[in-house]
Amino acid sequence: MTEATATFDVRRHGRASVVDIRGDVTAASEDVLMAAYNDVGDVSAIVLNFAGLDYMNSGGIGLLVTLLVRANRRSQQLLAFGLSDHYRQIFELTRLDEAVSIHDSESAALSAAGAD
Amino acid sequence: MNELNEERAAARDATNWAKAVSRLDVSEMPEEAVNLVSGKRLAGPIQGFGKMWQKTYQAALPREAVSPQDLISTWKQDFPSFWPDGNRFYAPLTGIEPGEVALINARVPGSSMTLSTGVMVLYADEESFTLMTPQGHMFAGWITFSATERDGETVAQAQVLMRASDPIFELGLMLGGHAQEDQLWNTTLTNLARHFDVDVDVDTAVVCVDKKRQWSRWTNVAQSTAIWSTVYTLGTPFRAVRRWAGRVRHG
Repeated sequence: MTEATATFDVRRHGRASVVDIRGDVTAASEDVLMAAYNDVGDVSAIVLNFAGLDYMNSGGIGLLVTLLVRANRRSQQLLAFGLSDHYRQIFELTRLDEAVSIHDSESAALSAAGAD
Repeated sequence: MNELNEERAAARDATNWAKAVSRLDVSEMPEEAVNLVSGKRLAGPIQGFGKMWQKTYQAALPREAVSPQDLISTWKQDFPSFWPDGNRFYAPLTGIEPGEVALINARVPGSSMTLSTGVMVLYADEESFTLMTPQGHMFAGWITFSATERDGETVAQAQVLMRASDPIFELGLMLGGHAQEDQLWNTTLTNLARHFDVDVDVDTAVVCVDKKRQWSRWTNVAQSTAIWSTVYTLGTPFRAVRRWAGRVRHG
């Protein structure tokens, strides 16, 4: 399986944290993603920035599901922006979009999260 | 990302992922394959009812017996042949390719009942492939089959991420369904390894990802294959009479 090449950088924005994703997200990204989640702090929303995403396979989608479960456990909303048309379709195909709202920009996502 | 990498990524996107579909369409299948899948939507772990489980089954083969890429290629090509007896997997004619739908007719142990369902190939590359379930399937989720090289061995893996679809199947899991699931993939990996003349012990790791049931999803029972397979089975005599009447009518 592909070695972990994704990075997840966290920055705080009021009541939300933005996670900037870069590289290839696969199952091998689990430890790095969960470490980033531990850094988001006590926020009400986590905004995933996919603008720097190179590639994601099905293992990566599975990681987003487990991330969603962890966020829900802490009553945290999960939002996304920066998805290409292809990955918007993947979110729809896997029905991940029913739990992770997709937005056109960071400002739109933060506004939806009530963090602007 | 530079232009060359963008082109490569776009190519991977186009070939490795299934195209967007709203409802499943099953291509030509053998007559004996029961198709209760056409027209159904896909259902992932988010859409399920029961607790969420991640189950990982692994078997290690000597690297000299088979490479990860060759193992995955064989697994895709001969997928149905590694299943335990009594369970039929009707692969699409084009094989395990993104977007293709396969039918499953699975015998319920200890009964004469057959559950008719299927899966769609959500993703496939040289190292892995993922099957996603439709509405009504016993589970809502997906299973990823992969092979990697580790410490001089080829490790074949099946990893399930799922919830039981509805309360009926959640109860079934609690009353032995988990053990049956484990047995299915244990047998599959053992059969796969034997194809390469290797005997293996299968390691199983189970994690309860979410202990909460999604009670609002109890309505999934309306799509349950347990119910619709039973309805289909009960209708068998009527379909036989209809076919006979049709033959008589047309001489």
